[in-house]
Amino acid sequence: MIRSDTSPLRQWLRRTLSLLTGVLLLLALPTVAADAPGESPDQAPGAPYADTTDGPSVDTLIRELPAGNFNDRRRVAAALAAAGDPRVADILAALADGRLLATGDGPPRILIRDADDREAGTDAISGEAVAADVLAEARRIPVHNPLRNALRSLVAVAGVADARPERRIRSLSRLIRDGGNPDLVPFLEERLDTEDDQRASDLLKTLLALAHLDTGDEAARIEAVATLRGSLLPEARRALAATAAEDPDERVREAAMEAVEHAESRIRFFRFSENLFFGLSAGSVLLLAAIGLAITFGVMGVINMAHGELIMIGAYTTWFIQTLIPGTLSTGILLAIPAAFVVAGLVGIAMERGVIQFLYGRPLETLLATFGISLILQQAVRTLFSPLNRPVASPEWLSGSLNINPVLSLTWSRIYIFVFAIMVFVALILVMKKTSLGLKVRAVAQNRPMARALGVRTGWVDALTFGLGAGLAGVAGVALSQLTNVGPNMGQAYIIDSFMVVVFGGVGNLWGTFVGAMGLGVMTKFIEPHVGAVLAKIIVLIFIILFIQKRPRGLFPKKGRAAEN
Amino acid sequence: MLTRRLLTSDWGGTFVLGLLVAMLIAVPIANLMVPPDSPYYLSSYWVALLGKFLTFALLALAIDLIWGYAGILSLGHGAFFGLGGYAMGMYLTRQIGEQGVYGHPVLPDFMVFLSYEELPWFWLGFDMFWFALLMAMLVPGLLALVFGWLAFRSRVSGVYFAIITQALVFALMLAFFRNEMGFGGNNGLTDFKEILGFSVQARETRVALFLASGIAVILGYLACRYIVTSRFGRVLIAVRDAEDRTRFSGYRVDHYKLWVFVFSAVLAGIAGALYVPQVGIINPGEFSPIRSIEAVLWVAVGGRGSLFGAIVGAFAVNGAKTWFTVAYPMFWLFALGALFVLVTLFLPRGLVGLFRRRREGES
Amino acid sequence: MSLAPYRQPIRRDRVFRLLQSEPDFSGTSHGVILYIDDVSVSFDGFKALDHLSLAVDEGELRCIIGPNGAGKTTMMDVITGKTRPDSGRVYFGRDIDLLDLDEYQIARGGIGRKFQKPTVFEALTVLENIELSLASSKGTWKTLFAKVDPAQARRIDEVLVTIGMQDQRRTAAGALSHGQKQWLEIGMLLMQNPRVLLVDEPVAGMTGNETERTAELLTSLAGDHTVIVVEHDMAFVRSIARRVTVLHQGSVLAEGSMNQIQADPGVVEVYLGEEE
Repeated sequence: MIRSDTSPLRQWLRRTLSLLTGVLLLLALPTVAADAPGESPDQAPGAPYADTTDGPSVDTLIRELPAGNFNDRRRVAAALAAAGDPRVADILAALADGRLLATGDGPPRILIRDADDREAGTDAISGEAVAADVLAEARRIPVHNPLRNALRSLVAVAGVADARPERRIRSLSRLIRDGGNPDLVPFLEERLDTEDDQRASDLLKTLLALAHLDTGDEAARIEAVATLRGSLLPEARRALAATAAEDPDERVREAAMEAVEHAESRIRFFRFSENLFFGLSAGSVLLLAAIGLAITFGVMGVINMAHGELIMIGAYTTWFIQTLIPGTLSTGILLAIPAAFVVAGLVGIAMERGVIQFLYGRPLETLLATFGISLILQQAVRTLFSPLNRPVASPEWLSGSLNINPVLSLTWSRIYIFVFAIMVFVALILVMKKTSLGLKVRAVAQNRPMARALGVRTGWVDALTFGLGAGLAGVAGVALSQLTNVGPNMGQAYIIDSFMVVVFGGVGNLWGTFVGAMGLGVMTKFIEPHVGAVLAKIIVLIFIILFIQKRPRGLFPKKGRAAEN
Repeated sequence: MLTRRLLTSDWGGTFVLGLLVAMLIAVPIANLMVPPDSPYYLSSYWVALLGKFLTFALLALAIDLIWGYAGILSLGHGAFFGLGGYAMGMYLTRQIGEQGVYGHPVLPDFMVFLSYEELPWFWLGFDMFWFALLMAMLVPGLLALVFGWLAFRSRVSGVYFAIITQALVFALMLAFFRNEMGFGGNNGLTDFKEILGFSVQARETRVALFLASGIAVILGYLACRYIVTSRFGRVLIAVRDAEDRTRFSGYRVDHYKLWVFVFSAVLAGIAGALYVPQVGIINPGEFSPIRSIEAVLWVAVGGRGSLFGAIVGAFAVNGAKTWFTVAYPMFWLFALGALFVLVTLFLPRGLVGLFRRRREGES
Repeated sequence: MSLAPYRQPIRRDRVFRLLQSEPDFSGTSHGVILYIDDVSVSFDGFKALDHLSLAVDEGELRCIIGPNGAGKTTMMDVITGKTRPDSGRVYFGRDIDLLDLDEYQIARGGIGRKFQKPTVFEALTVLENIELSLASSKGTWKTLFAKVDPAQARRIDEVLVTIGMQDQRRTAAGALSHGQKQWLEIGMLLMQNPRVLLVDEPVAGMTGNETERTAELLTSLAGDHTVIVVEHDMAFVRSIARRVTVLHQGSVLAEGSMNQIQADPGVVEVYLGEEE
């Protein structure tokens, strides 16, 4: 399939790609130079590395940079790059940028002008800040385009020799992005012998393999294909695809073809895993939103349209606690969980005692009454605080993501939400199965007169059950405050979804709610890539509407005579 | 004879109809003939407002017919109201023609803006008034037919039905928010210029629309009244109170529900079609689930199961809303929320029930 | 709808199977109108009906008794199409399989049912309740324009007299006493003019006098109609029953005359023992 696509197009693609890479690299250079100083101020240049590098000789080399012509400069730069000194990468990047300056008189001082601020700079050797007037008098060390190109690679090469593994990994990734450079092969092979970091060594191998693919003999190319097989790096996949299309040797082409397919199947797998993960995390949001409803609606049969507002109350509780104790985000969040449970739970109990208890057995009336309550709660929040969204901060451990490989990375917030939803669910199951409250709740739900005859205070159980459902909504609010905007209208977004989950899963069945939430979440995320988020949501809604027609009692219906009525 | 059947033992209905007729006579006079400086002058703002209330009353009638009589609570009647409104909105949009910002003879402004090449197929025919009016009834009716057929056949009822109608209207809202749907997306359809060649802003047009709405309410009321006083209506009540019993008496309950649901959807569609030219805009907000629930509240406040109660409720709640949002905007939602709670707790038969109970107490 | 096909004698092979499984059915001489064949229903593992087989003859007055949970109401649900059994067949007349039909078809076909809890349309008047049960066209458009013709009006009056409610025709059904609601429901059943009447606990909540009249009514109906009565009131059963079937745990425990039943040691143990 790839082979049939013969050379002209491929070559054009390849040229365009390399051109693109070149342009990207040019664009990227200033950034490297810019963030480099940001990383280094905490270490006195040279000092920690004094024992591993030949300090004076590097210093001397740096001082030699202004001397001679462009060719001399390139030689010195190459020597510097190979020295493995942490300062070198910044210096070479500055040189390529035209920000490396030299003072005129006496032994020259070499200065680096800041990328952002023309008036600021540091001494290249000592790392000390330099006064603006000194900077103004210093002259730029001249570079021309061929030298600049060479420097670009040298910056990365310098990084490869860096003593810090993460710096080496970054530089290697850069070189891989630049495409294999045959000239570097001896240097890289040397590095491979001494490299002790696993990831860096893998990258080195990839880089070498990329170089061999272009220039090696047949055996080397086959070996390179084997090395790159299964790699998820886009450069490796591109190079393999190119090899599969245009390598002169049949065997190499076949091996490359197989390697490409292997990589593609791995990518498909990881894309699938990613969708699955997104789906489960969306499902856990649904689960959190719906779990309280599974109690109030599922167990008690109360159509609580104010459920979304109880979620909102939980989110506002989070915001309130953060405002009370600013600066301790993690503690704030952890405190908010029980606080939101109590606050929302109390509001729920008040609702039950004040209104809902008079409406049992009239589900449509509860629907309207609780809708009224939801309007009141929304407006109360608007009046008490503000109609605007409240800022809720997230602790650091919730941001960022877990990078599993170049294709798959999972955001921590989603992972935590998933874990949290499972914990809440398990806790609820335990409460319902193991505690006396759970027993009473189930007893009242199954046979109210009998439970009352056995001495269960049904009114009290109703209030507590509703409070439990409301409290769970509050807990969901804490979690959701980390994902979405916290405002008076936030509850509206969840109410329909929550009802859909409970109805889809089967009313009165907690496991049904669990499976329903996860199922709908995964379904949405698998449809989304094809049609977009809004249409996916519409499709899922229509699916549920049709599903309810087929199975009016949901995935896991409650059976028996009681359910008939 | 028919009049006697429709209006005897319906004192409330006769009274409300009388009020409506009086309003239909008084309002045009007060707006068109009374000089503006007279205390009896009614501005065009009020004409449009009352006209809007009339369309709401028609929607309330539609909801009451199925909820009050057949026990079907639809929390998605805004879907039919909105679709009827869009049908009329499409006609009005096509009437704009070259008066639009871009002056395109055929394409509405938003389509020019989104660089449409030609009119989508589903916009064809909407340059004709009769076609738009037909669609304003047909499209809601068809949606109700399909949706109701699916739901009633599998005996989805009560709370479940209410919830999936919410899902329906929510799905429609999401769909109409999309620009790709070809209905103007977020902004909807607006900036109308003419209806049947008359300017929509003109006083006379507004009065005519007001009259049309009033007549629609009266005819709608009489039609609903005919239905509920026929044996059909008694079957509906039977379905509401004892569905199994009705089935075991040999009635196809699903057919009855479907019939009345479709009829109700068509009424709602007409209401929507009359609503749009009077407010001058239709956008996906009409499909927001809250709007549909609010419409159910009008019926609850007026008194479910009493057709004129629905009209009373629509006027009472919307009148209160208009007053509150001017006088105490902060408190309107509190008042509305409290209304929901209080009516369900203390007035299960609505405002009308207050009078009825007394009458029954006497008899 | 023509009822002629139902009147033909039952098929030999079916009777043969019937005879094999339930030997004491050998007394059935005239046509079987309702035949429940090996029906099982379970809810969540609880067997409401357990391979129940039962045959009722045309024109018979059959009483079905049994302790709570014996499956009496479930059996009625199966016959009227409300509950679909897990297995088994239910035949109406010779070869109509009721399990293929919906509730309304079964009702129109000639099986009427009175619920355990009296179920009338409480918001409607007695007259309207009776009128709705008229055996006439029940399609949507027909009822929209329906009028009561003189023949139907006579029939309505007849039934009102039969149930003794001619003076209460304008009363809302919801305002009736429990016993009156029972009668009204029986009246509605009569209006349907069914071939089979399934009557679930007809005398619950009735006074002694009312109970007596109910017994009279049901006995008089038998013959022209087939009447199946489920009842707890043993005195009432004794007063009307010619043939009694005892259900226990979802299947037939015993069948025979009241005297035979009372002599059956198994029945005495599970049921009568508790009652008396």
